[in-house]
This record gives sequence, C-alpha cells and structure tokens, in this order.
Amino acid sequence: MRRQLEGSRAVAETVARCRPEVIAAYPISPQTHIVEALSQLTKTGELEPCEFINVESEFAAMSVAIGASATGARAYTATASQGLLFMVEALYNASGLGLPIVMTVANRAIGAPINIWNDHSDSMSQRDSGWIQLYAETNQEAADLHVQAFRLAEELSLPVMVCMDGFILTHAVEEVELPTREQVDAYLPPFVPRQVLDPDEPMTIGAMVGPEAFTEVKYLMHAKQMRALEAIPRIASEFEHEFGRSSGGLLRTYRTEDADTVVLALGSVLGTIEDVVDELREQGERIGVVGLKCFRPYPLDEVRAALGHARRVVVIEKAFAVGVGGIVGQNVRLALSGLPAAVYGVIAGLGGRPITKASLHRVLREGIDDRLGHLTFLDLDLDRVPAGAT
Amino acid sequence: MRQPIKYYQVGSFAVGNRLLDPDERAVQADPSRSNTLTSGHRACQGCGEALGARYVLDAAMRAAEGRLIAANATGCLEVFTTPYPESAWTLPWVHSLFGNAPAVATGVAAALKVKGRTDVRVIGQGGDGGTVDIGLGCLSGMFERGDDVLFVCYDNEAYMNTGVQRSGATPPAARTATTQAVGPEPGNVFGQGKSAPLIAMAHEIPYVATATIADLRDLEAKVERAMGLHGPRYLHVLVTCPLGWGCDASASIRIARLATQSGLFPVFEAEDGDVTDVTKIRRPVPVEDYLRPQKRFAHLFSPVRRDDVIAQVQSRADRNIQRFGLVD
Amino acid sequence: MFQVRIHGRGGQGVVTAAELLSVAAFLDGRHAQAFPSFGSERTGAPVVAFCRIDERPIRLREPILAPDALIVQDPTLLHHVDVFAGLVPGGYVVLNSSRAVADPRVVTVPATDLAREHLGRPLPNAALLGAFAALCGLITFDSVAAAIRERFPARLAEANVGAATAAFALVEEPAHA
Repeated sequence: MRRQLEGSRAVAETVARCRPEVIAAYPISPQTHIVEALSQLTKTGELEPCEFINVESEFAAMSVAIGASATGARAYTATASQGLLFMVEALYNASGLGLPIVMTVANRAIGAPINIWNDHSDSMSQRDSGWIQLYAETNQEAADLHVQAFRLAEELSLPVMVCMDGFILTHAVEEVELPTREQVDAYLPPFVPRQVLDPDEPMTIGAMVGPEAFTEVKYLMHAKQMRALEAIPRIASEFEHEFGRSSGGLLRTYRTEDADTVVLALGSVLGTIEDVVDELREQGERIGVVGLKCFRPYPLDEVRAALGHARRVVVIEKAFAVGVGGIVGQNVRLALSGLPAAVYGVIAGLGGRPITKASLHRVLREGIDDRLGHLTFLDLDLDRVPAGAT
Repeated sequence: MRQPIKYYQVGSFAVGNRLLDPDERAVQADPSRSNTLTSGHRACQGCGEALGARYVLDAAMRAAEGRLIAANATGCLEVFTTPYPESAWTLPWVHSLFGNAPAVATGVAAALKVKGRTDVRVIGQGGDGGTVDIGLGCLSGMFERGDDVLFVCYDNEAYMNTGVQRSGATPPAARTATTQAVGPEPGNVFGQGKSAPLIAMAHEIPYVATATIADLRDLEAKVERAMGLHGPRYLHVLVTCPLGWGCDASASIRIARLATQSGLFPVFEAEDGDVTDVTKIRRPVPVEDYLRPQKRFAHLFSPVRRDDVIAQVQSRADRNIQRFGLVD
Repeated sequence: MFQVRIHGRGGQGVVTAAELLSVAAFLDGRHAQAFPSFGSERTGAPVVAFCRIDERPIRLREPILAPDALIVQDPTLLHHVDVFAGLVPGGYVVLNSSRAVADPRVVTVPATDLAREHLGRPLPNAALLGAFAALCGLITFDSVAAAIRERFPARLAEANVGAATAAFALVEEPAHA
C-alpha cells in the first residue's frame, strides 16, 4: 500500500513486519524516530511477540542483540555515528561469532567536532568489521533493504547493516510502498540458527582461538562474506519477484551504456546526481551514473564491468580516510587497476553540507574537462573557519 | 542463611561428608551432579575461581534442573576453560566481550522469554574487572530493567588474567602490577572502595549475597536461594588467587576464611535493598593474620613494619564489623 | 516541479506543515517530498522546512534555494532571517500577519488569530495551509483537510480543519483589494 511517510517510520513499520523477536534500543540522532516507532508498535501489540529492551548504551544494545541472536532470536537494533563507534568492539564480536543481526545505521558524521548531520564517516569507519554493508538511495529502498537484510543475514550467518542517510532520508517524508506482512512472510522464512544456545544440545560459543587456527577462522569469515556477492543479487531478484519492484542488488547503473564519464556514489545523493546527469546529457555530454548499493563485500568485478569502458570516473563520497584521501575512490581505483580510466575523487557533503545541483554541475564540468585533480573537497571554503585553525 | 551444621571443627572437607543426611549434602558431594565445569581446564593450581565456579554452576544447574545458559565475561574463567578446540563447559555457554556479560545475559533472557521458554534460566558471570569496572554500566542496566538474570562475580581483587593489575575491587595497600609496593605509599591507594554488593543493593534488586570459597556449602545454598527467585540477582564471591595474592596454592580456602574472620570481607544477604542476614564472625582475628600470609601485602611487614597502614586496614575491618553487625 | 519553503520558529509546527503539505499533494495524486532543515531544534529558534511537489517522481534532494512559494509562520522572522532569499520571479508568499504588507508578492493571513479562535492555541500552521491551498493550484483544500485528519486525533483535527477552512475562505475572497 502506497503511503506518504517519514523515512524512519517506513523503516520501523517494515522492520516490524519482519517479525524481529528482540529489539535493543538506545536513542541517538537521527535514528530516534525508528526506535520510537518500534517501541510504539510493540506496546500496541502490532509487533509481537517481541521483547523491546531499552538499554543503557549502544555497546549494551549490540551486546543484548548478540545474546539474543546466539539464543536463536531474530535480533535488531539501530544507531548512528558516535553510537556505532561506541559499539565497535561488539560489532567485531557479532561478525566474528557469525550472528545474523540486522542493524540500521542512520548515517551521521563522527566527532570531534560534534556534528549531528549526515555523512558516511560512521559506516565507512566500520567497513572492515566483517558486517555486510548495504546503502539505500531512497526511503523505499531503505525499507526494502531491511527485508532483504534479514534474509541475507540468516542465509549466510553474518550480520548486516543497512545504511540510510541521516535526516536526508530518515526525516524526509516521501511516498513508500510498505510491504504487507503476508508478502514478508512469503519471502522471509523463520530464523533457523546455524548454532544456538540450547540446554538440549549444549555448545560453547566464543572460545579462545590461538595462533594455530586464528588465520583459518578469519579466512573462512572472509570467504563467507564473499558469498554475499552471489547471494545479494539473487535475494534482490527474488525480492523483485515477490514485491514487484527493484531494490538493492550490488549496484545500479543509469545511462552508462555509452558514457565517457561515469559518476559513482552511494546513498541519497544519487537522486540529485541523476537530475544533474540528465541536464548534462541534454547539453550533449555522454555521462552516466553508477550507484553502489553494496559496499561490503566490495563488488569489485561488477564495478569494473560497470565502469571499465569509461574514460573517466568521478567518485563522489561522503567520507574520507584522514591522511590518505577517498575511501570509495581507492576502492574504485582498485577495481579499475590496469584500465586507462582516470579516477577523480570528490569528497562532498561532510557533516551535512548540502550537495547542490549547482555544485555538482561545476565539479562534473571540471571532471569532463579533465581539470579535476586526484582529490577534491567540494565547496571547500576556508574563509568559514578562522585562519590558522589547522 | 542458617547452615544446619557448622563445619568449623573439620574445615570445608566436610562439604562432602558422607555421614551427613543425603538431603544435607552438598551438590558437589553428589555423584550425579552436572559437572558443568568439567575437568581438563587450564586453571592454576589452587585457583579459587575454578573452585567457586564449579560449585556455583553445579548448584545452579541442579536448581534449574539442568536447563541453564551461561554468559561469561572475558577473564581467567573464560580463558582457562575454552582453549579452542576444547571446552570445559557442559552447558550452553557464550563468551562475547569483557564489559558486556550482563548485557549478553539480558539478551539471552529476552530471547528465551520471547520464545516462551520459561523453563530455561540464565546466569551471567565474570571476574571483578569485568563486573565492577568495565562491565558496571551493563550490570547496572540489567539491574535497573529487572532482567531475569543471576549475575555472579568471582572477585579475586585484580585483573588477574592479564597479569595482576589493579581493578576497582583491589583492596587498599595491596600490591599489584599497577600499584607497586614502592615509594612512600606502597601498594594500592586508600580510596572509598567500590562495593559491588552495595551498588547492587542500591538498585533494590530481589537478591544480593556475598560468599567465599571458605564456606562452600553456604555458597551453594545462596545459589540455590537465588535460583528460587526471579528478576536480577547478584552474587559476589571472594575467590583466592594464589598467584596474584602471593600465597601457597594449598592456602586458597584458608586465606578466604581469614578474609571473613577479620571482617574485611563481610558475608551477608540482602533482599530488595535491605540486609536480611549476616554470617557472624565466630572468632574475629586481627587483619594482620590475614595480610601476613599474602606476598601482595609483604611490604607492610618488611623491610619496615608499617603499623600505620595496618591500622588503617584494621579500621576498615572494624567498620565492616560494626556496619554489618558481624560480631555479637 | 513546485518548491515551497516554510519558515517559522521551533514549536510552531513548521516541520508538520511541510509534511501535511506533502501528504495533501500525495492525496491529490502527485509526488511530493518534505523535509526539515535539520537543526538542533529549540523552541523559538528559527526553523525552515521544505516541500517539493511534482507530477513525476522526485529525485532531487538539495535544500530549496529557489522557492516558487514561501510560507512564513512568524512575522518576527522578517527582521532576522532573509526569508525571501531565492524567491523566483512571480513567486508568492503567505505570511502569518494581521497587518497588511506593502509587498505585492505577499498575501497576509491572520493565522495566529484564527488558530486561537478555532484551536485555543496560537499554532498557525493549519490555517496557513488552508490559505495556501487557495493560492496553489497543485493541492486542493479537501486534501489538506484529509491530511490534517490523518495526522491528528479527531478533536484536534477538526479544530485545525476549522482554522484552515476560515483561512481558505479569507484568501479566496479577500476583504481588501
């Protein structure tokens, strides 16, 4: 049923239809509306059976999810920014133990300085944590990805984080087709844990592994995550079959078939980029867009295939690796190694700075003219901070 | 908690006294006990924690009729019981992180509740480091929410697994690797201390108790009592660490008894925030009797005898005796 | 695409106004996108919210820099914030004020008074939306009323609809030239 709904609400109602059994909730902007809505749905009985637990920190939130998931319950939580960092130890623990927890990350910048607005520094900082990372472009996709996430997590026995831009998506009211409970039930089977704490069959979970076997355990974790490269398109395809719309997958291309210049980005900025690309096309430019949906595991072959024919790639990303440069940009260069395409990295939208059509026109024009350097900070204006503040 | 028979005459060996009525025998004396923490683990000789955990878990398993899940913090107990690919645990057991055992236990309890498995009970456990320091936030959250978890702290008064560093439970004047016995004020500081049992009582949870490995039947009885209740319950068990405390491996139980008899470790029970029972000290001993046999207090006696520090320790013991009414 | 920017102060229902506007447009069969210019909202602090309306799905996500219309919920903002920034030529403003304004782009509506009368509280957003419906061809009054009813509990919804109706009538048949 199509509804005009706030993104957070759409996610909460969709998660509720996925029959989570334990929800751990700790509030942080801009995720609060999600956990508030889930709390309401649990209390009114629309979401049951479900244990909704108000925890004392994000570290506790992920820890409660770990305990619940290890006991065979479908577990969910949500966080952002500082909260994600506060639970980092538990993130690695969850992926290392192979627990299929699903978590929403309402992408927000990381302090210091404290900043509650959107960028990708939080989830990007955890790209090595062993969690699968999916990025939503719209609120529709954000809702849909949660359904796919539970399916994916439980199939592979790996945790999945669904990233949606804080405020820009979470607090935007737009139309969403919410899945019905019947549709979700047809697509998402009950959770059958691969390993579970059960007095009928006791097992030890979380043993200490020494030098003699640690490498192998970690290798197997990597191999398991790589299997998501096959699973994600399949799960997305089955989603399309059941729900009648395309959502998720590894990446999406827009007007790239004959493109000399391809723009690559993740998340909500893709909408604005597509508007700009249409305008540039009208001006005669051969330009297209690749929207990356899955960042971990990194779909290296698919990125190479989507970008390989381009003369240049402009990567627009909302985070960067201090002391090195772009993160997504580096991964794109990796995918294109050996190919002649130039890769221009553009860091944009940090701390919620709006990425405007005007700015995109400017930077893409520079890119098309090959006047962009290796790394550009979009709309950088040093007059905004006191001189010598470096 | 009144024990029907006192064992002071024969020491704790009487725990397995075959002359006792079967009903009054300890769980450990029963050949059909669970052996939840079974043999083959890698604990040190004389480890108080291994002893305490064995008693606690078997008593809890008996009370839960074998349907128990354990969440364990990082620490000695976790490390010496689960060297992959072996495990000494015969119950479902999960180790997550250092500071989150109470939260993991909460998660386990929530999952059991949502699945309607009300017959399965949950026990969380960890050392003093994982409970009173890094895990305190999660412990408090579990208490405050009223989660149905028995949490047991095995207190050996330092971060033993990592090499005997000071924790929030380290007693004043004790030598540890980070409170060395050097300088004008050797050993640990004389702070206000951090009493986890009192903190637990401040949360007014259904049951709080302290115990030691010196009175194992009492320890089992308290576990049984705790398991007969629901909601958050907390058990704080003093467990000797011969290596960290610098005493003989054979002296573990004896040292723990001296801790109680000196008044330094009060043994009591509390319900809903109020003390309901204390174990009286039958024959109080000066703290010096407790301090002397432990190398971690050796600097109080040699090269120079520190009467001032010993007196300070004594006054803490006296305060406990008075506060809890340990001596008639 | 039609772009509306709504100005007000925290606590005046600015964000809700944008949301209601988007729901009304949706009910009228259009695509709409509403979002606030997220601040650490404090009661009384200037707040801005946006609403885009289009016949086609909306992909754009930048703040509205060149609005086709403005709704200003608090007249005191005119002195502190450049509310008119970017208003396109031919654009119009619905201003909450009981005093006339010389600017031909501006339509004034005594929304606070209407709110006090119908709601008993000075929350002007519903009234301003009612007035806006009279001016903007892309949303109907009926959809504004339906959006209000969907959002608020019955008694409050009817009071808000009352204020909106009164404002709609005022603007449709202005008492002054």
